[in-house]
Amino acid sequence: MDDRTVRPLPPLRPERQFAPETMGTIGDVARPLTFIERLINMTLVRRLAVIAVLAAAWEIYARILDNPLLFPSLSDTLAAFWDSAAHGVLIDRTLTSLRVLGMGYAIGLVAAGVFTTLAVSTRVGTDFLSTLTAMFNPLPAIALLPLALLWFGLGAFSIVFVIVHSVLWAVALNTHSGFLSVSPTLRMAGQNCGLTGLSYVTRLLVPAAFPSILTGLKIGWAFAWRTLIAAELVFGASSRSGGLGWFIFENRNQLETANVFAGLLTVILIGLFVESVIFRAIENATVRRWGMQS
Amino acid sequence: MTDSAGNGTEHGPLLVADEVTLQYKTTNHLVTATWKVSFEVHRGDRYVLLGPSGCGKSSLLKSIAGFLPPVSGAFHLAGQPIERPGSDRMMVFQEFDQLLPWKTVLGNVMFPLLVNRRMARTAAREQARKVIAKVNLGAFEDVYPHMLSGGMKQRVAIARALAMEPAVLLMDEPFAALDALTRRKMQEELVALWDDVGFTVIFVTHSIDEALLIGNRILVMSPHPGQVKAELNAGHLGFADLGTQPFELLSRRIHGLLFSDQIETALTSEAHHG
Repeated sequence: MDDRTVRPLPPLRPERQFAPETMGTIGDVARPLTFIERLINMTLVRRLAVIAVLAAAWEIYARILDNPLLFPSLSDTLAAFWDSAAHGVLIDRTLTSLRVLGMGYAIGLVAAGVFTTLAVSTRVGTDFLSTLTAMFNPLPAIALLPLALLWFGLGAFSIVFVIVHSVLWAVALNTHSGFLSVSPTLRMAGQNCGLTGLSYVTRLLVPAAFPSILTGLKIGWAFAWRTLIAAELVFGASSRSGGLGWFIFENRNQLETANVFAGLLTVILIGLFVESVIFRAIENATVRRWGMQS
Repeated sequence: MTDSAGNGTEHGPLLVADEVTLQYKTTNHLVTATWKVSFEVHRGDRYVLLGPSGCGKSSLLKSIAGFLPPVSGAFHLAGQPIERPGSDRMMVFQEFDQLLPWKTVLGNVMFPLLVNRRMARTAAREQARKVIAKVNLGAFEDVYPHMLSGGMKQRVAIARALAMEPAVLLMDEPFAALDALTRRKMQEELVALWDDVGFTVIFVTHSIDEALLIGNRILVMSPHPGQVKAELNAGHLGFADLGTQPFELLSRRIHGLLFSDQIETALTSEAHHG
């Protein structure tokens, strides 16, 4: 008890009160960034810098190696690219590939939409979808190609079939997990506003789960694109017009290595375009604008 | 505070809870949230459900909203039994994520009007603008929810609910997640809005102060399971009475009602352990 009397109290100090000071004497409240700072902040600029470094490395290595049959330089590849695009079959081949891809992607999305809607409406649907995705998601779509060829023959339909398979499960899985992660409050708010049945799915769950759905769309796209090129490499031309994979395969057989590189470059360019232009635009118009993704 | 809209006695009670028992399942238990709770809400009431956590006040509100059907007993709204969620009982939740992030403030307020085909798009926009102006968010109509502060989000939720002109407005601790200064401001605004528009509201809170400031009638509940402890009048108390003797007396009385409970539970648990 005696300790308490000994313990020193903090000193009693006078109270203080101030009028707000003007900021001018202290410094800027906010300062616009310099041109260089803003330039470095732009993702596109940084990405282009990375590409420029890679391109320079490629060109230098190819020139040192000096073996155009094995590793053509960037300038050779670009020349071949330009040549096949302007005078050759590259654009034709690309369009063929994209047409098949678009068909498979669209069918896959519709099927995924039907599956996930059933899955959120009924418990049987949930079990059905969970089991199917668990079974088929790990199965590489290209592994189904021999079977598809057996069933549907050497046609575009076989490729569409494997593309549907590659898109469907990725999109369905992401959409469904997106639906499940919609907050209970938002669900109740939606029902409270009068949403039921299908309108509850389309007007509440789909937009609320859109970040996940978009991820599913991206993964599905990447799977589909890879599967398509691989499938075309395996069995070449469907009917008379082949796709990009066939273009690569054909040129490899003729030892036109620069053309092979040009074909690969096209695959990469289209992938980049879809990822950083189309999907980026969708993101900017939706999830970023809504503050659901930074 | 004028009780201009409180003429419910002419038409009888608006909402009747008749011996409502609520239960819900957790992964391991069947929990009884409320036990034979009865009360009546009249038109124009600012009816507060007050109690500690675990007294089932939020479950009661969810049940009125139609999300949790009673195990026994029933709710009747204007004579009709409540069976499912409906936009005649618009709800304001505690959580800020009750707004649709993909819609602007205006879009959020218009949303229930359009979903229920209450009016055409242009009329809905008019109605929404009017209510948004009432909650002082006129300058933020075209802003998305993620750019608003917590208090503003709750005001949008209130506007969305009021735009539907619901028979009863349900508020589940709507200000609990706000900072103290904003909360006090929102409480004042809500009462002013009630003065202006004249709606019926059922308000859930665990704060005695908030109950006294907002409510004209307070249902005090005890926990585990939720039962009615008392039903008190607080219509004579407003923000001007904060810190005055009548306010403190009623506050202490409610505190006693809630606190006696804690002693009881403490004693029983001691008895169990001892």
